[in-house]
Order: sequence, then structure tokens, then C-alpha cells
Amino acid sequence: MLRDERVDRNTLAELVANDIESGSFVNLGIGQPTLVSNYLTAEHDVTLHTENGMLGMGRAAEDDEIDGDLINAGKIPVTETPGAAFFHQADSFAIMRGGHLDVCVLGAMQVSASGDLANWHTGAPDAIPAVGGAMDLAIGAKQVYVMMNLFTREGEIKLLPKATYPLTGVGCVSRVYTDHGIFELSESGTVTVKALFGLTFEELTSKSDIEFVDATGN
Amino acid sequence: MTKIVESAAEAVANIDDGSTILIGGFGNAGQPMELIGALLEGGAKNLTIVNNNAGQADEGLALLIKERRVDKIICSFPRQSDSWHFDEAYRAGEIELELVPQGNLAERLRAAGAGIGAFFTPTGYGTMLAEGKETREINGRNYVLEYPIHGDVALIKAFKADEKGNLIYRKTARNFGPMMATAAKQTIVQVEEILPTGSLDPENIVTPSIYTDVMVAIETESTALAAREQGAKN
Repeated sequence: MLRDERVDRNTLAELVANDIESGSFVNLGIGQPTLVSNYLTAEHDVTLHTENGMLGMGRAAEDDEIDGDLINAGKIPVTETPGAAFFHQADSFAIMRGGHLDVCVLGAMQVSASGDLANWHTGAPDAIPAVGGAMDLAIGAKQVYVMMNLFTREGEIKLLPKATYPLTGVGCVSRVYTDHGIFELSESGTVTVKALFGLTFEELTSKSDIEFVDATGN
Repeated sequence: MTKIVESAAEAVANIDDGSTILIGGFGNAGQPMELIGALLEGGAKNLTIVNNNAGQADEGLALLIKERRVDKIICSFPRQSDSWHFDEAYRAGEIELELVPQGNLAERLRAAGAGIGAFFTPTGYGTMLAEGKETREINGRNYVLEYPIHGDVALIKAFKADEKGNLIYRKTARNFGPMMATAAKQTIVQVEEILPTGSLDPENIVTPSIYTDVMVAIETESTALAAREQGAKN
């Protein structure tokens, strides 16, 4: 897939949603990945997991629906869908760590070509570290997708031969969805470029030492 | 035997200085605010607290930290937009932090209650949170050895109990309650309502009475929320 312009967050969320197989059990991370839920239709028949203890999470709660005992992992009040189930934290993380979830979509600060994920800590000495469920999410699901901008505000590429920030998980990311393209990762470190948005293959290869394979025409 | 007491103050009266206290809740959902309030009033100090977070805004656990009653916190997600009391204590070097991935926190508590000596988990392998820990490759996958977290006391909030001490929870407020109830020498529970024994369906009990030591009925917003939900269904 090739597009002349970079895609916005909502368009990217729709592309991710379209790649999730119907009937999947899915966990959407806090931030950009949450947008994916806006594009999951009844035909997708996706069941959402939230790590604080629920399968069958519905949309954000409004007005009279707001219930302090019914929140998501971002501590936002949500609704429950018919067929929802509640469970405690050990069970919830067993669902994740046990490999039962089909897809987990996470945000990232950096991803390495072989699928290492960095999304919890910049390593800055004055930062107060907080990890939450990030490390469990990274290694648990059958497929871990990342959604992020391809470049930092300073223009540095975030898909790197090796991550420089502290890792969240090793070799765990299978696919990276960005505003400038979609990438499939492999253990060997070869990155297959599935789509490019507002960026040519030559421009991409000039910005990184990663070994890219152009599959945008497929 | 579960002891039913009349007030939160009575429920927490026997907590010693220097105790390790497991406190339920994910954010404010399931956080036993009234028990924490009584603990604050009671003056216990030099505490080690285990909770998912490190307090929100100006209530519950955040106030224990503000008053410098907490020497150490074991949690997964201390830094939030409204965790200012923790942030201040941490930057002043007045609180020790043990940061634990959320799933490891839950499993370490579960292991403590289940008599497990330690367990190998893939979470955190190859990260700075596994530095210095024993690792092992099992069937081609790498794991980190993690130890249980035992508490002297657990403070949890459940939804309803019977007089025997069987507990049910409400929605995502369940979170850490069931594991913490098993992992402490003494489990102290605040519930919305204590019903006559036999009122709860045995098939639906989440925490069996064997884990409940002290119980106090305190009505909170959860009762009103449940009543509203019931009204909406009828």
C-alpha cells in the first residue's frame, strides 16, 4: 500500500482495526491504541480485555452510566457489554501471560528491528519510573502490534536497529503501525515494509541502518 | 472465625508500627478508603505498603504518604497526574520504591497465599526490572525468578459479605482483593453490607470465609451505584 500523505491517528486506528480478525480477544493499550475501538464494528465481533479485570469492555461511560467501580486500565469509567466477565488481577494477567489474547495494541517510544519494545521509561535519572502492566502486555498476547509516530518531534526515527531506551520486552513486537508506514518485524531483524505514507522507500532506507524489504506493492 | 466489628477504627486497632500492609484497589476502585482513614487516625508508622499505585490526589493512601507514615511502597504504577504526595516524598528521598510489573505484583501475592516458594515468569525478562534476578531458559523461552509478597495485614474492600465472612466483589473493584485476602496473616475487610449467613449463593463466593479475619460494614458510593444499576435493569 502506498499513499502520498502521512496518515492521521484516526486513519491509522482504522487500518489497525481492519487487520484484526473477527472473533478476536484484544487488549488496547492506553493512549493512541484506544482509538482502534472506534473502528471495531459489530462484524469484527471483538471482545476487549482490560487488565484491571474484565473481558467484554464497552465504550467510555457517559453521564448517568459513570460508575466508579467500573473502570478501564487508564482509570477511565467504561461500560460493560452483554457477555462481559469480571475477574481478579491474577486471573487477568494469566489471560495475558498465558498467551490467550489474540492481539495487544500498544504505544511505543522505540521499537527495534527484531521486535524489542521500549515504552515505559526514558531512563532519565530524575524521572519517577512507573511500569503498570506494560511488561506483562508486551510478552503476553499472540500478536503484539505497536502504534506510534515513525519519527520523534526532533525528526529521529523510532524504529531502530537497537533500542536505546530501557526495554519493556525482548523480541515481542510483530508489527508496527505508524503515520508513515506499516512494518512487519522478524527475529532476524529484517523488516518488511507493508505500506508507506508520504515517504518513499529510498527516503526510509536513507534514515536507518535497518535492512528493509519493500513489500508495498503486494 | 471472622470477627465483626462496629467501626473502621476498631477494625485496624491492632496494626503495629513497621507492618507490611497489603491495600486493595486499582486507582480508587476497590480502595478501602475508610479503613485507610482509620489507619491514618490510629497513627501507625514506618509502614511498608503494597498497592498497585502510590495514592491519588488527597485521599486514602495518598494521605498516609503525605503524613510520612510509609517507609516503603511496593507498587506497579506510582507516577500519575495526581500522585503529588508520592512524587514529593520520593524526590525528597523519604520513601523507598520497589517497582513491580502489575502482573508480577498480582502473581507474587497469589503465590504468597498459595504457599508457593517462588515462580519463573517471562514478564520483565531482559529489562532493568529483572537485573540481578535469577533467570532460566525453559523449553526455549526465558524466565525470571520472582518471590512471593507476604503481608502482616491486608486491608480490602468487598461489596457484600455474609456473617461467616464469605465475600463477593463489585465489577472492576475486585482487582487485587481476592489475592491480598489470602496473602496476609490478618485480613481486614470493609464491605457495604453484612447479610445473614446463607444469604449468598455458595456458587458465587469469590473469597471464602476462611480468609476473612475482621469485617466491618461501611456503606459507600458502591451501594448507591449498585442500586442505580438495579433500577436501570427493572
